[in-house]
Amino acid sequence: MTRRSRRSALAAAAVAAAVVLSACGAGGRPDGGSGTDAAPAVGITDTSVKIGAHFPLTGVAAPGYSEIPTGAKAYFDFVNAAGGINGRTIDYVFRDDAYNPTQTSQVVNELVLQDQVFALLGGLGTPTHSAVLDYLNSEGVPDLFVSSGSLLWDQPAKNPQTFGWQPDYEIEGKIVGQYVAQNFPQAKVGLFLQDDDFGRDGELGARRFLDKQIVAAERYTPGNTDVAPQIAALQAAGADLVIGFNVPSYTALSQLQSLRLNYKPQWIYSNVGSDPGLVGSLLARFSEGAVTDAGLLDGVITTEYLPGVDAPDDPWVQLFQRVWDEHGGDGELTNYRIYGMSQAYTFVQALQAAGADPTRESIVAAVERSGAQFQGPWVAPFRYSADRHAGVSGVEVARITGGTTESLTPVLVTDNGDAPITEATGEPAAPPANGIPAAPPAG
Amino acid sequence: MQQFLNVTLTGLGQGAVYAAFALALVLIWRSTRVVNFAQGAMAMFTTYLALTVIEGGQSYWVGLVVALVAGLVLGAVIERLVIRPVEGGPELNAVIVTLGLFVALQALAAILFGSTFRSFPAPFDLRGFTVGGVNIAFTPNSIYIIVAVVVVMLALVALFRFTDLGLKMRAAAFSQEVSRLLGVPVGRMLTLGWALAAGVGSLSGLLIAGGSLVFPAYMDAVIVYGFVAAVLGGLDSPAGAVVGGLTIGLLLSYVSGYLGSELVALAALAILVAVLLVRPQGLFARTAARRV
Amino acid sequence: MSQQTDEPAAAQASSPVATGAPRPGPLAAVRRRLPRSTFGRHALVVLLALVAVVLVLELTSPFRNSQFATMSYYAIAAAGLTVLTGLNGQISLGHGALMAVGAYTTGLLLGDDGTGLPLLLVMVIAAAVTALVGAVVGAAAARLHGPYLAGATLALAVAVPGLAIYFDHTLGGEQGLPVASPDVPDWFADAVYFLSANETPTAKYLAYLGWGTLLVVLLLLANLMAGRIGRVWRAVRDDEVAAELAGIRLGRVRVLAFVVSAVCAGLAGSVLGVVVRLAAPSGFTIVLSLGLLTAVVVGGLGSLEGALLGSALLVFLPPAVTNLGIGAGLDGTQAAQLAPFVYGVVLVLVMLLAPSGAVGVVKKLWNRSRTNRRGPSTRRTG
Repeated sequence: MTRRSRRSALAAAAVAAAVVLSACGAGGRPDGGSGTDAAPAVGITDTSVKIGAHFPLTGVAAPGYSEIPTGAKAYFDFVNAAGGINGRTIDYVFRDDAYNPTQTSQVVNELVLQDQVFALLGGLGTPTHSAVLDYLNSEGVPDLFVSSGSLLWDQPAKNPQTFGWQPDYEIEGKIVGQYVAQNFPQAKVGLFLQDDDFGRDGELGARRFLDKQIVAAERYTPGNTDVAPQIAALQAAGADLVIGFNVPSYTALSQLQSLRLNYKPQWIYSNVGSDPGLVGSLLARFSEGAVTDAGLLDGVITTEYLPGVDAPDDPWVQLFQRVWDEHGGDGELTNYRIYGMSQAYTFVQALQAAGADPTRESIVAAVERSGAQFQGPWVAPFRYSADRHAGVSGVEVARITGGTTESLTPVLVTDNGDAPITEATGEPAAPPANGIPAAPPAG
Repeated sequence: MQQFLNVTLTGLGQGAVYAAFALALVLIWRSTRVVNFAQGAMAMFTTYLALTVIEGGQSYWVGLVVALVAGLVLGAVIERLVIRPVEGGPELNAVIVTLGLFVALQALAAILFGSTFRSFPAPFDLRGFTVGGVNIAFTPNSIYIIVAVVVVMLALVALFRFTDLGLKMRAAAFSQEVSRLLGVPVGRMLTLGWALAAGVGSLSGLLIAGGSLVFPAYMDAVIVYGFVAAVLGGLDSPAGAVVGGLTIGLLLSYVSGYLGSELVALAALAILVAVLLVRPQGLFARTAARRV
Repeated sequence: MSQQTDEPAAAQASSPVATGAPRPGPLAAVRRRLPRSTFGRHALVVLLALVAVVLVLELTSPFRNSQFATMSYYAIAAAGLTVLTGLNGQISLGHGALMAVGAYTTGLLLGDDGTGLPLLLVMVIAAAVTALVGAVVGAAAARLHGPYLAGATLALAVAVPGLAIYFDHTLGGEQGLPVASPDVPDWFADAVYFLSANETPTAKYLAYLGWGTLLVVLLLLANLMAGRIGRVWRAVRDDEVAAELAGIRLGRVRVLAFVVSAVCAGLAGSVLGVVVRLAAPSGFTIVLSLGLLTAVVVGGLGSLEGALLGSALLVFLPPAVTNLGIGAGLDGTQAAQLAPFVYGVVLVLVMLLAPSGAVGVVKKLWNRSRTNRRGPSTRRTG
């Protein structure tokens, strides 16, 4: 007993000392908070602007996706080397969330509170980014160009700070669905879906055209690498065409499992899961198991909305190749790095559009005002306006053959809901000579 | 019917691996009364060593040998360095030490080998057989897995039944005091027991990895399933571990195939709780009752 | 309650704790003025701690505030776990799962937009629901020992997140259940402004919420531990047979310890939910459970101060270690793994070298210095 009370007494003495000390401190402080009224804009100075992002650098979604921020970083370094935008260099911080929503929440906390970023750019993932959606909007942090095609990012009334970027999974599902309905009218369609909004939105789009043809919809949980039951169920349901809305690792896993089951449907993977280079490299190592090359993906159908490294003559790819050669780190230019650079390119345009002295409010307003006119490597325009925050409006359907892709359709443009699917009009944009987008015309 | 067949065959293949893993747990439990929760992490680590060797241009079989030898060494070193001091102490201390090893090894693997998913080669074809026009989820690689596990088990049986060394190890595990009096080097036998167990564990890690993706946490669930299998068979019984492993493999495969893969871990928990409450000595215990 | 007869065993078990005779000295004067009852003394310490919390939270940045909020939920859960493992001798690797119960209950009751029940009521309900789950788990666990209990609770930790995926319509599947972040009540912001002339952003309010909960939990646990129940728990841990002979019903005592511990885990999960704004399976992996175990082992099993210290390490050590790693030339993702590596190594080393943890070591040094030195010492009182 005596020791206990001694301890209490000691603690009491220590705390009392602390109280006295801090009371002195408090007495010395001005109590008006003068000078803090006009709070300086967060994350932006006359010479720099700091933006943040969360990406899976480890874990199940890291293959491929971890390359996106390296591409964005290379492009920002390229812009900074040319003097930055309006005299400001772009300071790009990206942190690892391991595709784990709980970790995303902590990481974004750090970006906003510790790093004090001006805006978030391209935070990746549907389950991950939805965990911080409310937070970013309640803190008033511009949440630009989320790296995910969920419909969640297009809710300007509820989430005024958040903007989508890539074609959303619903319109991708619609375009794929229509393609299948027209070209494989007899097919029994199976769906292989990630068990979250990614899979749900894609299914929603595909069912608009294929509801009667779909014989099975199987879902996997990211992180659980055993997809044997799902593939077996698709096979058991007799599906002879499978549409996958999944991340790249699961393209490899589903292919491996199909091999095991001698299951050979026509595979269609959404853009997200279909990068031939990456999936091929995951599958290629099974060489002794008689999977000799990426040939497994030969004949797989997918969609595209950015030029890829298989088209080295494309002027955008040439620009990005130059950027990567000059400012990239280890490794080759990949489709994921092109994705990151394209996002960075969009951000630079938004920053230009926000004028000489951007604020968090003005950059959001600028994207709403002129975002629909942004020109870049994407095949169809964004759908940004005051009451829409949706990204690229179309994709083209393509087939993978021998590591490259060949177009099966022209660029098809549509919108959410019942909007019809039409062929894109207008010419593709050419990159500016210096590789940096010019400020848009005022107004 | 085809699905039932496929689910069953998949379960058998997984069961063989769980059996090997459970066997490793049982070997350690018999010799030192410690449940080695670091078993999965140790196996993961040696599998990464094998992967490094294979990516360096060596064949799968060289990788296999490297993993097994590394497993033996790792097991012996861990027993000598960190298990020996807590042997015979409060049982909680040994549990916490193995958990610490688990956490440390997993993090070390992520530092040394990276934490992204990497593919691990399989030595045999991954394409399923076709029998009479019906595809079955049974591949040449599955046969390899089962054969490998059976060979290891037979070798262990031979070691324990027919060799002098095996007799000494059994004696050391049975009664340390008596064995010491009879001149058995008990300490050395315990180290050997850990080494053998870690070797068997390494094999199971390698077999699971073959033709699939590896990452530092890929053995996490296997620890739980292997533990459940070992408890089901009676933590003391090697034969029980084998039967337990096959049973768990089949049951979990049915759960995964018919109820949903997210329920697999829950099913394992349910089996474990049922066994511990209804027949705590396991299916194959020699003694009538055991303190759990 | 027929536990009258347990006193001898309990007293025997706790007797080694009481050492050292009162000596005259400057402390004596302070001690005379302290409240006589245990509860009174604990309450005084907690009150003073509250003052310290206010000072720290008001003087640190919003980012530190959010770190303190994180520390608070680790500490709440670790306090519960240290009581279970350290005092009652039951290990649990399943506390992450119990926290998940608390977090999901909170998310469901608060509603999407925070229009559900008031937060405090929600937290109480979350604790109650987790207590119920804890009673069921505890009833099964009461019959198990050491490695069996560890394995079973490990299975629990791995299995429970699967439920959230199976019932994805109510629980949000892998994506998780968004938890509405509470608004800062006006009276609270006013009170803080009155005290410190500072505004109260949400991050700071959450830190207050977490620490308020933590202090209440610590107060209650400290009293429980100092009282008869604590003695019974220790008696069961130290010698089951003696305890049973003394008339203690082992099963009941064990279940009670598990329930108390589960209540803490439930509260911790509830705080985690509102701080992280999300209850998702990925937040309650075995990494969380093992982290909690690390905290209580490193701090010293059975010690509330140790639990506090351990959870501080869980929050503040990783950034420091990660920076060291980056300084040493590791890349970001490698450096991020240094912290768990250190945890694992420390866990092993503590068990081999100092099983009583940091608090145990400090106590030992303290006692040694007391026996070595004679006469009043001014240094210790400062």
